[in-house]
Amino acid sequence: MSTAEPITTRAVGTHHDRVDGPLKVTGQALYAVEHGTDDGITDPVVAWLVGAPVAKGRVLRIDAADTLRHDGVVAVVDHTNAPRLVETDDAELAILQDDRIHHRGQIVAVVLAETAEAAREGARLMRVHVDEEPHVAALDDGGLAAPDEVNAGHETDWADGDLDAARSAASVVVEQRYTTPHEHNSPMEPHAASAHWDGERLTLWDSTQGVHPVAKTLAPMLGLEQDQVRVRAPYVGGGFGSKGLPHSPEMAAALAAMTLPGRWVRLAVTRQQMFALTGYRTETRSHIRLSAEPDGRLLAVEHDAVSQTSAHKEFVEQTATAARMLYAAPARRTTHRVAALDVAVPSWMRAPGEMPGVFAHEVAMDELAEACGVDPVDLRVRNEPATDPETGNPWNDRRLVECLQRGAERFGWADRPAEPGTRTDGDWYVGTGVATSTYPALWMPGNATRIESRADGRYAVGIGAVDIGTGARTVLRQIAADALGVEVGCIDLAIGDTSLPVATVAGGSAGTGSWGTAITQAAQQFRADHGPAPEAGLHTVATTESYPDMENHSLHSFGAVFAEVRVDRWTGEVRCTRLHGTYSVGRVVNPTTARSQLYGGLLMGLSGALHEDGVRDPRFGHTVTQDLATYHVAAHADVPQDLSAEWLDESDELVTPYGGRGIGEIGIVGTAAAIANAAWHATGVRVRDLPLTADRFL
Amino acid sequence: MAEPSGPTALIRLRVDGRDREVEVDVRTTLLDALRERLQVTSPKKGCDHGQCGSCTVLLDGRRSLSCLALAVAHDGAEVVTAAGLGSPDDLHPVQQAFLDHDGLQCGYCTPGQVCSVVGMLDEVAQGQPSHVTDDLSGETGAVALTDDEVRERLSGNICRCGAYAGIVAAARQAAETTEAVR
Repeated sequence: MSTAEPITTRAVGTHHDRVDGPLKVTGQALYAVEHGTDDGITDPVVAWLVGAPVAKGRVLRIDAADTLRHDGVVAVVDHTNAPRLVETDDAELAILQDDRIHHRGQIVAVVLAETAEAAREGARLMRVHVDEEPHVAALDDGGLAAPDEVNAGHETDWADGDLDAARSAASVVVEQRYTTPHEHNSPMEPHAASAHWDGERLTLWDSTQGVHPVAKTLAPMLGLEQDQVRVRAPYVGGGFGSKGLPHSPEMAAALAAMTLPGRWVRLAVTRQQMFALTGYRTETRSHIRLSAEPDGRLLAVEHDAVSQTSAHKEFVEQTATAARMLYAAPARRTTHRVAALDVAVPSWMRAPGEMPGVFAHEVAMDELAEACGVDPVDLRVRNEPATDPETGNPWNDRRLVECLQRGAERFGWADRPAEPGTRTDGDWYVGTGVATSTYPALWMPGNATRIESRADGRYAVGIGAVDIGTGARTVLRQIAADALGVEVGCIDLAIGDTSLPVATVAGGSAGTGSWGTAITQAAQQFRADHGPAPEAGLHTVATTESYPDMENHSLHSFGAVFAEVRVDRWTGEVRCTRLHGTYSVGRVVNPTTARSQLYGGLLMGLSGALHEDGVRDPRFGHTVTQDLATYHVAAHADVPQDLSAEWLDESDELVTPYGGRGIGEIGIVGTAAAIANAAWHATGVRVRDLPLTADRFL
Repeated sequence: MAEPSGPTALIRLRVDGRDREVEVDVRTTLLDALRERLQVTSPKKGCDHGQCGSCTVLLDGRRSLSCLALAVAHDGAEVVTAAGLGSPDDLHPVQQAFLDHDGLQCGYCTPGQVCSVVGMLDEVAQGQPSHVTDDLSGETGAVALTDDEVRERLSGNICRCGAYAGIVAAARQAAETTEAVR
């Protein structure tokens, strides 16, 4: 069987309790550095990371004499004694191999000690002597260049149509600059790993979004075969992209373990260190120019995006890609330019590209609606493309208009005054705003699943997928049950271990779809091999190479976000009091876990709109806001009194055999724009830079 | 983990109903004493600076950030973690309410949220006002447990997954349940 066939859904689409809920609410679920004797971990040493004290230069000498004299310190690993890596192409991961310092906070040494207190004190006692070199850590000071490509393999520049003609024909033009700040994923569980080297095999309990990707990445660098590296991640305390790729702390744990064969090493990144070592969303600057007819019909869309990356390892946020497909327009230009700085390595953060890019585009659309005197919902409906403007392909089932109209009805959009600043409630200006949300339906090949029949009609289903809080452990059972045609209670699911069949990352909103397709294909192959009533002990393994028709269709999800915002006339305090999203995401596998994920996206969007602001001091090249007291993320009190999400009743079997598309990221997209647009509607003040802090309204 | 290497002190704690005696480095926080020395990993380390709430436990009956407590300063204390409130087979009403409202995703902040809700409900029952309580005198008895009260009182417990709406609903449900129990 070369690919999966669509399935009849029974369990899929219905509520099922989060299966690991009881373990989590009692604190019994074990995370990466919590495994102990029950998992064969005895007498671990504690690793403490030491970061580079300058942004650029060379380590002259690491003076660890006081460190090593401190009671309990076992060893210090630095570039002079660390195990040599066989491959060093991935510069971010090739730590402790030479004396070069590429960014402040880069790992330059690891202290290993019998206790956390000794390890931490040992790190404090270390003296890192450096030869500091001039560095560049501000976007304005870096030279801009066109990258070969941007994240997810998108083209750097893409244009279409006769731009000059479109520009000169336009009666209405909106041309503005929009910015988003550095944002940090900040999962509640800091990145962490327990590592063990027995001379043959490296074992990691890791806080990761993908166990196989970690093994696949680390093994060749360490000169090992992939099957010599076992990675397990039964429970992961969130990731939001930052645990999607291995980062240098995982390599530090591996190198430390190889330094002390036979001993377990526990390495937990501190909250402060996370801001330098575990990826972040770069700041973005978007120059948008919308050229339109008097009625708001777009003639041209131009989105020129600028961001920064690390000179150490390139990552380019694909900020302008959504502008290639969001609305109809005869002419279009999108570009990405990037400055390579002597700074920490940026990486994936929930909806890379779409989050900052759609913020810019959708605030610009609101400005166009204002300029044309058209209702913002109607403006978007008016610019609906019949086919994908970028590829010319038909859509899988683009239902943005329905999302906008249903969402408007649910939210109570109709009574909205067109003029801003006209509604008040006591000291509060009150306004409402809308924005479009979109995210591509990504799908990853190469997932495998093993299904084995057990006694009493039960089935063991194994795949190395990871549940980072999404509910994968729950929804994959539902998909497996339907694919096998049995009750959910008959499925014994195993995930989170490289000893299981290979799985791709929990990322790109592609986890459930990619893994679920593999499970479906294996189930169907199992039935073909062993029939409907197999005896116990029979098994089938299948690997999925294809499913979605990406050649002939443009596969995307859409949504419409509505926000009500209040701004205090005296203090400028901004509160989002109502937030609603209506989404078209294919068939929702489990309404309970799905709603939670969409809420999570909406609230992370709100957090980006109102709070999150990673501040770098370019003089030193470090993040000043390097903890949760200064890098603000939304807390309970920031949550709107009225928060809701709904989805259209639909099934998309072009994307997955059970008809669902991913939902991990779409919730964050468009939310910040809806809130910014609502703040404008409340006050008449147009803020084009995130976050929308109180001072902007005074 | 090996025995501590620096200056130490022997302390006694009652943890989740069990008497424990442990030699701790005098630098050790209550959180590290629990997690590293006693293998009680229900309270989580999210920031180690009292900024996230993941380490919340009930310390002598009150919710407390165990990462900001020095272990030696709490010799003889009673500590209740989420693991002591209930077990997967015998959940505390607050834990059941979290499940009923899906007030969790990754689960890392969850044990702290659960302890925080338990402590918060007790504070409300005692009539302790919060920043959003109209009557700040604390003399009028029970505070009405509105959603705003819950949100304000739980704002020391950060959930990056954004399970806040479910947690607030869980706290309201638990308030009603425990009211009946009380």
